Amino acid sequence: MSEVQEAIVEKKSEPLFSKKNRKLISDPLNDSNPITVQVLGICSALAITVQVQQAVIMSLSVLFVLIGGNIIISLMRNGIPDRIRIIVQLVIVAALVIIVNEVLKAFLPDISEKLSVFVGLIITNCIIMGRLEAFALANKPGPSFLDAIGNGLGYAWILLAVSVVREIFGSGAISFPGMGQVKFLPEGWFIGNGGFYENNNMMILPPMALVVVGVIIWIQRSRNTKLIESH
Amino acid sequence: MEYINIFVKGIFIENMIFAYFLGMCSYLAVSKTVKTAMGLGLAVIFVLGITVPINYLLENYVLKEGALTWMGAEYATMDLSFLSFIMFIAVIASIVQLVEMIVEKFAPALYGALGIFLPLIAVNCSILGGALFMQERQYTDIGQATVFGLGSGVGWWLAIIAIAAIREKIRYSHVPAPLRGLGITFIITGLMGIAFMSFMGIDI
Repeated sequence: MSEVQEAIVEKKSEPLFSKKNRKLISDPLNDSNPITVQVLGICSALAITVQVQQAVIMSLSVLFVLIGGNIIISLMRNGIPDRIRIIVQLVIVAALVIIVNEVLKAFLPDISEKLSVFVGLIITNCIIMGRLEAFALANKPGPSFLDAIGNGLGYAWILLAVSVVREIFGSGAISFPGMGQVKFLPEGWFIGNGGFYENNNMMILPPMALVVVGVIIWIQRSRNTKLIESH
Repeated sequence: MEYINIFVKGIFIENMIFAYFLGMCSYLAVSKTVKTAMGLGLAVIFVLGITVPINYLLENYVLKEGALTWMGAEYATMDLSFLSFIMFIAVIASIVQLVEMIVEKFAPALYGALGIFLPLIAVNCSILGGALFMQERQYTDIGQATVFGLGSGVGWWLAIIAIAAIREKIRYSHVPAPLRGLGITFIITGLMGIAFMSFMGIDI
């Protein structure tokens, strides 16, 4: 309880959107992006980016688990013995993931089917464990919450970028819930209708996700040269 | 024959890295030299070979609908499968701890080789992924589950050894500066994945 009060007092003394706190959100979007710079959470980022829809649902799930985990661990941080902290973190994260999984199964059964094991794998998604270890264990709930939002959004925009590229080139259209498939090129251009354009089926195959992420890293690092590795 | 088929499938066709991207984080972080990659790869084979069969028993005698029938007829309709995530991860974390202690006590040489990698493995997606795939594919007996675990482990080991060898050599080539390190590793893994797709359809 005192923890919560402390956090409220802290928020009063320091405005929620002070410069330092804004940085917690904006940094993970580019300079310390969880996927392209910190190399966390790659597994799920690659496997579920065939369709924009799946990528959005996955990002929202990760954002929820990350925010919940960060706040809970941050509230408990002084009570967790150092030796068993990994187990404590895993149990909290697993509980949150079970909630997400049951909600998806109940309300979005077909997407839950497509995501299959990857919802469960949020538990071992390195973004979650990485942020809990690196940030929530040492910071108050307020900043931890902002850190979770920042990293969740940093993860989400990469997922969205990869899935948009893959779905547009792979299926020639993006399917939105309730709107069916939205095509970006005139129907007559497709080769089935006597046109010249054919979908690149290779984009749907798993290995192309890696190549697309590689190209995103290439673009990002050529614009932001301080991220370049020596080798 | 069925066993060999599952084993080969796990290594080449349903490769953890190239087909499902599981365990990518440690795959990218620990693949700078072949020696460390070898240590982590062996540890993954070891832990997958132990945890998949244990989780198989758990799934079939505790968690699945009707799995508790052995306790008495009134338990026949119990379905605990919503607990499977938390049970699997608890089993994996404790087994890893246990294996670490046993190996340290009885095989110090092996501990020297695997030691620092074992704690890393508890949060490696490929281990939990192995358990979840085992649950989804419903293998018929514990032998199949064990063979599946070992096969996936060997597939993961093969992938990390290959990329580590390539990364050692690529240091001497002229890679565009923004692609160096992470970027080129992603693209090479993608190309290796395309190569591995040519194994598709193998059936022994």
